[in-house]
Parts: sequence; C-alpha cells; structure tokens
Amino acid sequence: MVNASTASSPQPKLVAREVSVFYGEKQAVFDVDLDIMPREVTAFIGPSGCGKSTLLRCFNRMNDLIENCRITGSMLLDGGDIAGSDVDVVQLRTRIGMVFQKPNPFPKSVYDNVAYGPRLHGVAPTRSELDELVETSLRRAGIWDEVKDRIDQPGTSLSGGQQQRLCIARAIAIRPDVLLMDEPCSALDPIATATIEELIDELKSEYTIIIVTHNMQQAARVSQKTAFLNLGRLIEFDETQKIFTNPSEPSTQDYITGRFG
Amino acid sequence: MLLSYLPLLIIALFGVGAFYASRARISAAPQRALPGLPGHYGWYGTLWTVVPAALVYAVWTIIDDQVIRNIVLSDFPELSGAAATLLYVSIENAAAGVMTDDVPMASVELLLNLENLSAAARFALVTAVSVLGFFWGWRRIRPELTARDRVETALLVALFIASIIAILTTVGIVLSLVVETFRFFQLVSPFEFFFGLEWSPQIALREDQVAASGAFGAVPVFAGTLLITVIAMLVAGPIGLMSAIYLAEYAHPRVRAVIKPLLEILAGIPTVVYGFFAALVLAPSLRNLGVDLGLTISSESALAAGLIMGIMIIPFVSSLSDDIMTAVPMSLREGSYGLGATASETIKRVILPAATPGIVGGFMLAISRAIGETMIVVMAAGLAANLTANPFEAVTTVTVQIATLLVGDHEFDSEKTMAAFALGLTLFFVTLALNVVALRVVQKYSERYE
Repeated sequence: MVNASTASSPQPKLVAREVSVFYGEKQAVFDVDLDIMPREVTAFIGPSGCGKSTLLRCFNRMNDLIENCRITGSMLLDGGDIAGSDVDVVQLRTRIGMVFQKPNPFPKSVYDNVAYGPRLHGVAPTRSELDELVETSLRRAGIWDEVKDRIDQPGTSLSGGQQQRLCIARAIAIRPDVLLMDEPCSALDPIATATIEELIDELKSEYTIIIVTHNMQQAARVSQKTAFLNLGRLIEFDETQKIFTNPSEPSTQDYITGRFG
Repeated sequence: MLLSYLPLLIIALFGVGAFYASRARISAAPQRALPGLPGHYGWYGTLWTVVPAALVYAVWTIIDDQVIRNIVLSDFPELSGAAATLLYVSIENAAAGVMTDDVPMASVELLLNLENLSAAARFALVTAVSVLGFFWGWRRIRPELTARDRVETALLVALFIASIIAILTTVGIVLSLVVETFRFFQLVSPFEFFFGLEWSPQIALREDQVAASGAFGAVPVFAGTLLITVIAMLVAGPIGLMSAIYLAEYAHPRVRAVIKPLLEILAGIPTVVYGFFAALVLAPSLRNLGVDLGLTISSESALAAGLIMGIMIIPFVSSLSDDIMTAVPMSLREGSYGLGATASETIKRVILPAATPGIVGGFMLAISRAIGETMIVVMAAGLAANLTANPFEAVTTVTVQIATLLVGDHEFDSEKTMAAFALGLTLFFVTLALNVVALRVVQKYSERYE
C-alpha cells in the first residue's frame, strides 16, 4: 500500500471541519478547521476561556459528560467518524488517550493505576503479560526507576510530577494512537515540568500528541505545530517556528509578545 | 406567686436599660479609637447587670425549699425519713389549699410565712445585686475598656457551658445505668445474664403461677435484636446503596432534586406509624402468604419487623452514601472515562472504592438505628423470647424488653426493673462499640484524593 505520494505527504491523523461547540445557548468554539499530523506535537495556545480545552475535549468526546454540551461539524480519526452519535465512545477513547490538568491518579496502587485500562479492555489477559505491560508503560513514561520499589504503594502518595507521569503511563498502557494533554504541567513545579516536556518529546516518536498550554515557552519548546485560538475561533495554525517568529495575524503577534491574555 | 417571677422581670428590664445606658455613656465619652463598637459597651453593661443577679436568683431558688423544709420540720424532731416526708407533703398540700386531715395548722402557717418571706427576700436581694452590678459595670465603662474582648470572652464561656451541659447529661445517664446495673448484678449473676439461654423476667407472686421462673438470660433477647437487625440491613443495604448510586451517578439533577428529599421523608415518618403498618398490614399478609406457600409464619414475626425496619433505615444508607459519592472528585471520573471505561465500570472500580469509608459509616449509622429502634419491634416482633434464627417466628429484642419491663407499676428495686438498666447498659456498649469501629474504619481507609 505504501506509495510515493502518501509517503511524501502523510495523511492527517485527526481532521476537524467546521467544528462548533455550544454550552446550552452559548457558543464556545466557532467553525474550527484543523488537520493534526501523525507523530507530531501540536500545541493549542490562547488566552483563558478561548475554547482550547473545549476543542481538545471534542477529540475524545469528553464533552459528552457535560450537560447541554452540543457539537456540530465533522471530526475524523484516520478517516473514520468520531463525532457522530453512533460512534462507540469506549472504543474511541482507547485510541485517543487523555492526560488532565491536575494529576488524577486513582486512589489505588501504582500498579493498579497503570493496569486499570488494560484490565478494562482485556488487553493483557495473563498476570505476566499485565506485569510486562505495566513495566513497559512506566518505563516509557520515564518513571519506572522511581516507582519500581513501591509499585504497591498508593499512586496518590507520589509527588505531583510523578503523579502526572503515572497518569501518562496509565494513558499509554492501553496503546492509544493519540494523546490529548490538557495543560499537563500547570499544577507542577519547573523541574517536574522539564521532565514532562522531555517525556513529551520522546513520546512523539510513537504517538500523535495535542497539548493545551498556557505557557508559550512550553509550546515553543515541545511542539512542531501551534494553533492559536482566541474567543473560540482558530486565528492561526502553522509551524510552531513560524507562529513564534513571524506570525501572519496581528492578534497572534500581540498574544505571543504578551500584549494580552 | 407574682413575687416569685417578678425578680426575673426586673432582671430583664434592668438588662435592657443597662444596654442603652452603657452605650449612651460610651457614646458621650470623648471620641477616639475605641476597642469595641458602642454596642459592645452596651452588652458589657448588660452582662454585669444580668449575670450576677440571675445567679443569685438561681441559687436562692434551688436552696430555699430545703431550708424552709428543715425549719418547718424542726418542730417535729421525732420524725425522720419517709414519715417526715409524708408529713411535709401534707403540710405543703394544706398550704396550697388542698385540705388533708391531721395537719398541724401551726406548721402550715409557718410554711406560708416562710415562703412569703423567702420570696420577698429574694426579690430584694436580686434587685440589689442587679443594681450593684449595673453600677459596677457603669464605673468601668471608659474608652480604655476592651469591651469587645470582654464580650467575646463572655460569649465563649456561654458556649463552653452549653457544651458541658450536653456532656454532663450523657455522663449522668451512663452513671445511673452503671449504678442500677451493678445493683442488678448483685441479685442476678452476670454469668446468668450474659450467657443464660432463657429470658423470663416475671417474678412469681404465687408459688403455682405459670411461667414464674424469673430467668434473666439475655442471650435470646440479643439474638432477637441481631436477627431483626440482619433482616433490616439485608433490605436497607442493597436498596439504599443502589438508590444512592442512581442518585449520585445517573440521575439528572432535576430528578435528584425531587427523589432525594422524598427518600429522606422516609426517615421522618414516626416509627410508631411504621410499627402499626408492620403489625396490621405486613404481618397478616406475610402470614397469609405463608399459608399459601405451606410455610408457618407467625403473625408476629421477625421478618415483618425486620422488613419494615429495613425500609425505615434506607435513607440512612442512601443519603450518606450519596453525599459521599457526590464528593468523589470529578477528575477521578474523567480519568476513568478517559481510559475508555463505561459509567458502571467507573462506579465499580473508582467511585465505590473511593467512597467505601463513607458508605461503611452510613451502614454503621443504619445498624445503630436498627438496634436502638423500639416502636416497630414492640408492635410487630412480639414478646416471646425465642432463641431462634428462623425469621418466620416471633422474637423479642432488647428495646422491646426494656419497654415492657418499665411499663406499668413496679417497685423500683425489683430485679425486673433493674434488668432493664442492665439491658440498656449492654445495648449502649454495643452501639458505642459499633460507632468506634465505624470511626476507625472511616479513618483508616479514607482515601486522600490529593
């Protein structure tokens, strides 16, 4: 199946077309068109309340949990619909994992936190397979060496940065294609943030990553593409380097130079 | 009569007056930054006017009866104990206008005079203390006075006294239980009480009376309580927990706003209503059902009482569990949903484990309630102290026996009466132990969400 044209210009992993999100009467996101390329880090930046988290949560249908939230437009994962009402949300969320703003390990052991998803979906049926999967996931999240001696301790007893990496291990244990990260470092100190940023850089060799961030330096450091949103509209979407050095839109320029937001 | 309440009226009026007078005094003083609002100075004056006077009134009222009694009875040095009490009661009755025979009129006169004298003296003393208190406070009201702090301290003392009253009452109740139980155990051996298998507290009046054994083995009684509690929890546990899960996790907020208060109404129905529902509606239908199925169900059965009690305690389980589950942070739910879990998987694997301590607490509360419940079992469970695990038979419970033992005319020092105290004390320790265990469980397993 591999031919010259697809190899030179890969298909986008995620596609959004004319996506609008409404909370009741209030519209939070307006007609966003976006192509997310595979194995890249895409950053969503913009001032508070600009709809970047809302847009992110559309990709794995987390907005379904919110009363009165309605989404229009089309969204595709590898060409398959993800926005329709007949989509298997459980299946979708095994392919698109999520890491949240505040580290939210379950009040269970480190092991059980990572094994949570595999057990739900029967990914690793035997104990030895599960052990191996837990270890691989923790290794890939760069936290194995720190927790291997206390794998039975509660996940909530770890430090904030460790908890967040545990949550990343938990998300990648079900082998998703895409990782959504909603301000994953906003509750962490600078050292823990640096660790997570390194991790994101490593993970992009295997996963398509979308990260929402308030921190423009972070977007510049970790992402290849950056989308700037303001007041629910996608203002500009381009190579990160271009956005931060030579943006086309004046409001992008204003935002990244700190004139508002 | 008027004279006995007049001092209280005086204190109240003086108190109000002192408030305005003190406030006016500080307002008239040269103004600068005061350590309190004018109102604080007003309250300061009121406190000095009211509190000492009220204390004097209370102390006088408590001791004057005893003093008068001693003076009146000093004319009859040959009487003592019950005879003196009897005489004094008849003197009091005569003084109140209820004529009895053979009352020494001189003593009646003396009593009336003393009572009038006491009331007048109390009136004078209270008024004097109140006035003195007022001037004492008045003299101290200066801008340097830290009135706000003083009033706050007075408030603190009042709050402390209020809490002490509650604690002392509890201690008093427990002490009286302990004393009476001790007396009971001098008549009946503790071994018989705790391990005896036969409960029949009727003391024989005649030698040949039926069922006159007078046995105080409490095992069947506690077994009955246990049986009914187990049945009640078998009803309330699953139903309460499942309704809590529905309310906390699935119900639309508007549905929840209606259902939750309705469920809590169950806890507000008087237990006597549940009792006659159990006795008059449920028990006969169970009996008829038993006849149809070929089972023997007694018309007073542990089953009927337990089922109804289970319904009654559903809100204790559901309401608390619901609160606890609602308090589980949304971020944990999102984490679980984000990993592709369904609602029921999230509840089973994340919400319920996180909420377990609170749910256990709710269950323990419900069990304590079931053990202590009286009216339902009095009406529906019966009095027969059968030692059985068969829910179709009549059993009796600790609370029923206490109620039965103390209803009617008994000598206060009979074994029968004191057995009620022993039962009550044991029950108290059982529920106390349950509460302690519940508290421990909650503390030990409570999850830290952060």
